Amino acid sequence: MKIPLVLKKLFRRRIVLAATVCLLAVLIIALLANVITGYDPNETAVSQRLSVPSARHLMGTDELGRDLFSRIAFGGRYSLTIAALTAAGAIVLGTLLGLVAGFFRRLDGPISRLVDAMMSFPDILLAIALVAILGPSMLNVVFALVLVYTPRVARVVRASTLVVRELLFVEAARAVGVSTPRILWSHILPNLMSPILVQASFIFAYAILAEAALSFLGVGVPPDIPTWGTMVAGSQQYAHDAMWVVLFPGLAIIVTALSLQLLGDGVRDLLDPRLKKSM
Amino acid sequence: MIRYMLSRLMGMLVVIALVAVIVFVLTRAASGDPISVLLGDQATAEDIVSAQKIYGLDKPLPVQFGYWLKELSHGNLGQSIFLQRPVTQALWERAEPTTLLALMAVFIAAAIGVPCGIVSAVFRGKLIDQLLTGFAMLGASIPSFWFGLVLMQIFAVSLGWFPVSGYGDPGATLSERFHYLVLPSVVLGVLNSALIIRFTRASMLDVLGEDYVRTARAKGLSEQVVVLKHALRNALVPIVTVLGLTVALMIGGAVVTETVFGLPGIGNLVVSAVLRRDYPVIQGALLVIAMIYVVINFLTDLLYIVVDPRVKY
Repeated sequence: MKIPLVLKKLFRRRIVLAATVCLLAVLIIALLANVITGYDPNETAVSQRLSVPSARHLMGTDELGRDLFSRIAFGGRYSLTIAALTAAGAIVLGTLLGLVAGFFRRLDGPISRLVDAMMSFPDILLAIALVAILGPSMLNVVFALVLVYTPRVARVVRASTLVVRELLFVEAARAVGVSTPRILWSHILPNLMSPILVQASFIFAYAILAEAALSFLGVGVPPDIPTWGTMVAGSQQYAHDAMWVVLFPGLAIIVTALSLQLLGDGVRDLLDPRLKKSM
Repeated sequence: MIRYMLSRLMGMLVVIALVAVIVFVLTRAASGDPISVLLGDQATAEDIVSAQKIYGLDKPLPVQFGYWLKELSHGNLGQSIFLQRPVTQALWERAEPTTLLALMAVFIAAAIGVPCGIVSAVFRGKLIDQLLTGFAMLGASIPSFWFGLVLMQIFAVSLGWFPVSGYGDPGATLSERFHYLVLPSVVLGVLNSALIIRFTRASMLDVLGEDYVRTARAKGLSEQVVVLKHALRNALVPIVTVLGLTVALMIGGAVVTETVFGLPGIGNLVVSAVLRRDYPVIQGALLVIAMIYVVINFLTDLLYIVVDPRVKY
């Protein structure tokens, strides 16, 4: 099997390779949760409550005797899905807004002011208010987080569009009569892929943290759905006797968010032309 | 320069107006009815009508918005439905813990972030740089509630060095209060230092590439003088900006940390208001928090002009 040159370059930094491996491991554990863990995540066994991590229960059990590893694996499905949908939604909407603002001078003012206004609220506070309005459900958490992160993407995409718009090939395309939508789609957008890709991985990471924080505050995903955030929220009062009930879900969040950010950073180093020159 | 300031001022006012619209639309789009929550299901139709009148909820939305704006211009954020007092008073009562927390946290973030960022930039690409950049990324990956719970277990529950949660008795002195604020501000400070490290590093790298730094080196100044005097002074302006914005974002963004440690701050006020659908409090708090951010953003912009004589408009 031949590894594409880009990946080879990306993985030359060993930390990026490690991050990718971690990320794949988290993904596989979440996808194959029912095969790997051997426990139903919601099966309670009161006699087994708060068992220390052991060969039987890799990460111990929680206050209702549920297997923690199994809950983290299944919870990962929810946490990762929410974060992935958030990243996808924010990227699509934010790219659209940013492209329009960066390309059409007349719309730049209104869109940029709106983005400024949205970004004047602390992320988590805006998310709380939005979920409160929409009602606590998985899909509404996604909606709220998409609205929170869209302005961030829009700002980055707008800035890059302003640069790319002035490049010669855009002028050339216009000179030979290429239509505006086509210029946007096949001449400008492809040149924005690197900032968009970097934003996607960072927003994926932020969304995992934000979902966990919302669920922890009790204004996010309903508590009966095991996500990494609801797990910490539900078990925090037992942390004194059984540290692992808080420790492991938190570590799952940290490993995933850190890997995503390292990967995003690696992609940025690889694709940023200013850095390339000095390499 | 005056023209630039005026145009920035106009921009700021537009953003504040948009913020007001967003806040109003958000809180009124909520499906729950605050009156039924307030009065319970025992309320008669008459009770409901009179309560709606008192809170102006019986008028059409644009009228409600106009009414709200008029009151705003008098500095009146309305009356909390649940706390039975003006929203400004409720905010004011909660301002102390949040402000102290934000200031202490930003102090810790700067104390860690600025030196680490400088070292990282000076030794760019070396092992120490990689370690510090790694730490910065780790800081941005740790959930604050988790870090708070872990520190609480270690330093409050097990070692007993600090109180577990709360803000002391109503009559507690400032130094007693301080004790309650240490752990939460360490949580916020350490996690936010990640951002400050990255920013200081980037800002220093920019400056270290400037001609005057090369000149300073060429005339034989020691590396220490070059870095700390010539480079750092110029790199500091954007760093101070970010520190200011960090304080502004913490006023409302510390909600998770406040909840973990049971601090009766502004974030906490908003969460409880959200759970009870107390519109006036949500509106007022969101508006004030966003306005603090916009104003600090504007002031730091002006700071650029004052501090950096090269910036001309």
